[in-house]
Amino acid sequence: MALLEVKNLQTSFFTDAGEVKAVNDVSFTLDRGKVLGIVGESGSGKSVTAYSIMQILAGTGKIIGGSVKLDGQELVGAGEKVMKTVRGNKISIIFQDPMTSLNPTYTIGRQLMEAIMLHTNRNKKQAYERAVEMLRLVNINEPEKRMKQYPFEHSGGMRQRVMIAMALACEPDILIADEPTTALDVTIQAQILELMGTLQEELGMAIIMITHDLGVVAQMCDEVVVMYAGSICEQGTADEIFYNPKHEYTKGLMRSIPTADTAGKKLKPITGTPIDLLNMPKGCPFAPRCDNAMKICISHCAERMQINEDHAAACWMNVKAGLDSGEIVIDEEGGDSHE
Amino acid sequence: MSENRPLIEVKDLKEYFNINTGMFRSKPLKAVDGVSFAIKKGETLGLVGESGCGKTTVGRTLLHLYKPTGGEIRYNGKLIKTNADIKEFRKKATMVFQDPYSSLNPRMTVSDIIGEPLDVHKLVKGKKERQERILELMGYVGLNSEHAARYAHEFSGGQRQRIGIARSLAVNPDFIVCDEPVSALDVSIQAQVINMFDELQEKLGLTYLFIAHDLLVVRHISDRIAVMYLGRMVELAPAAEIYDRPLHPYSKSLLSAVPVPDPKVARANKRIVLTGDIPSPLNAPSGCPFRTRCQYACDKCAESMPPFEEVSTGHFVACHCLAEIN
Repeated sequence: MALLEVKNLQTSFFTDAGEVKAVNDVSFTLDRGKVLGIVGESGSGKSVTAYSIMQILAGTGKIIGGSVKLDGQELVGAGEKVMKTVRGNKISIIFQDPMTSLNPTYTIGRQLMEAIMLHTNRNKKQAYERAVEMLRLVNINEPEKRMKQYPFEHSGGMRQRVMIAMALACEPDILIADEPTTALDVTIQAQILELMGTLQEELGMAIIMITHDLGVVAQMCDEVVVMYAGSICEQGTADEIFYNPKHEYTKGLMRSIPTADTAGKKLKPITGTPIDLLNMPKGCPFAPRCDNAMKICISHCAERMQINEDHAAACWMNVKAGLDSGEIVIDEEGGDSHE
Repeated sequence: MSENRPLIEVKDLKEYFNINTGMFRSKPLKAVDGVSFAIKKGETLGLVGESGCGKTTVGRTLLHLYKPTGGEIRYNGKLIKTNADIKEFRKKATMVFQDPYSSLNPRMTVSDIIGEPLDVHKLVKGKKERQERILELMGYVGLNSEHAARYAHEFSGGQRQRIGIARSLAVNPDFIVCDEPVSALDVSIQAQVINMFDELQEKLGLTYLFIAHDLLVVRHISDRIAVMYLGRMVELAPAAEIYDRPLHPYSKSLLSAVPVPDPKVARANKRIVLTGDIPSPLNAPSGCPFRTRCQYACDKCAESMPPFEEVSTGHFVACHCLAEIN
């Protein structure tokens, strides 16, 4: 059984301007000890997916359908009492901005100990020892001294280490990292990613890595989910997504990144701007920006299609390719079936 | 003017900020400490480094947005010194800022934002000419005439950056300082804006100083790349050379830290992970600024700042221990 099973998750924000379907029919599974990457641009729903799993949505947001199962236990509709035992203990989250996610008026030690005492039944002395041990684990020098210091006395990379220490203090099964290195410099990013990689191996936890940086995904993730406008357009193993992308959006993203080969040449970017979630088109949300959009893309959204056992995508181009090569034949009732 | 003369020449540029360290006491923060480089016409020089290394300050001091503490800036061979020089210079050299959200006045329409430099430098006569010029500039960056009367908040990040670029083009500059112009944008929009910089350079013969921390972007757009650390330039070389054969230990680790968007390469990649953080420029180490994080540091590094020397044609490095490292 998968550790985390998200099925047909739908989350909407009910704003004055109307309903915003931030997460629309998202399904994926996460196995113990694996790293899953969720990639997408701003507004694609990757963070909201994570917040929905944790049920820490802002006031106007609501999960309106689907299920999230942790170790077989249903979390959607389980209530705050259950969620309190899940958050921090079983699933932890670290946020993008290490500058604002720590309380500036409390010492690092107090914040770490608060989290530990809230989730475990350690007393103050044991919590202190655990906090020092965690700081040592994330390679912070002189942890005893650091415990007494305030967040402003730490650099960005240090603060993110403290956040990781806090998130891991209760040995969660799943760590959700929401753009953990976006606010950091490359050399510090390399330190943090390396740390997360070693901790993941040592502690055997699963990680959901939310990022817009395909480089981070390539380095860290076993599996990848690509999101656009609230829906999953493609998912599969990292190798499949990078070397064999089967959705026009993923292909466009890959072409947009400058590499050694593009120096001195023009990039081939995706045209247009990301879609307004308040005015979603009827068909594929990516169709207005897609160079290869066909009639059917504008009227009907493609269903998720299995490319091979490690790879699925929701793009009509794959059906077209299948028809052209004769792999798919249209039967008399008008439906299509794989041979 | 001879063909070989650089458009922009910077010699030993220094920018110190005074920081209050206590009552009646202050200490200079050496944001930029003796940086020299030259940019040829039509060339793009990429400037990379971590936050706090002084790359933005170099860009701003270059345009006299900060008064330089020391050093010389020459444009077309002419020293920029007096206020009159600066005003003239700013007609030829402009800037595109990092944050498209805070660099546009929310109370001005797009046509006023783009038109402001035209008014300041009195470059157009009459309303009609002004409007025509604004529309022409908007055309350069792919905005429609219908956008002219709107306000900045009505646009997405990518479009706002286009407005900022149109504004910087208004005075018909030769030289643009691009300060992290794409780092606030999404990947797909980033590629559009990068292409636009490329196209404008070809069309208008522009020269860029391209400041960024995204090394993949810098490599794509630059002819030469300069690496900065703690207010000093540590390496300067043609783009391909610095990526294939970085010589300074800092450049090496910086380049190896870049996450490569290719799983097989990323897994095989041996990263040189630096320990510790960048020191505060208020308490910069003696000698070589990088020595506290450098695995090759020796006694000599603590004693004196290594000179910035040309080791092969066009490849400059400042390191005492080059021979041992490479």
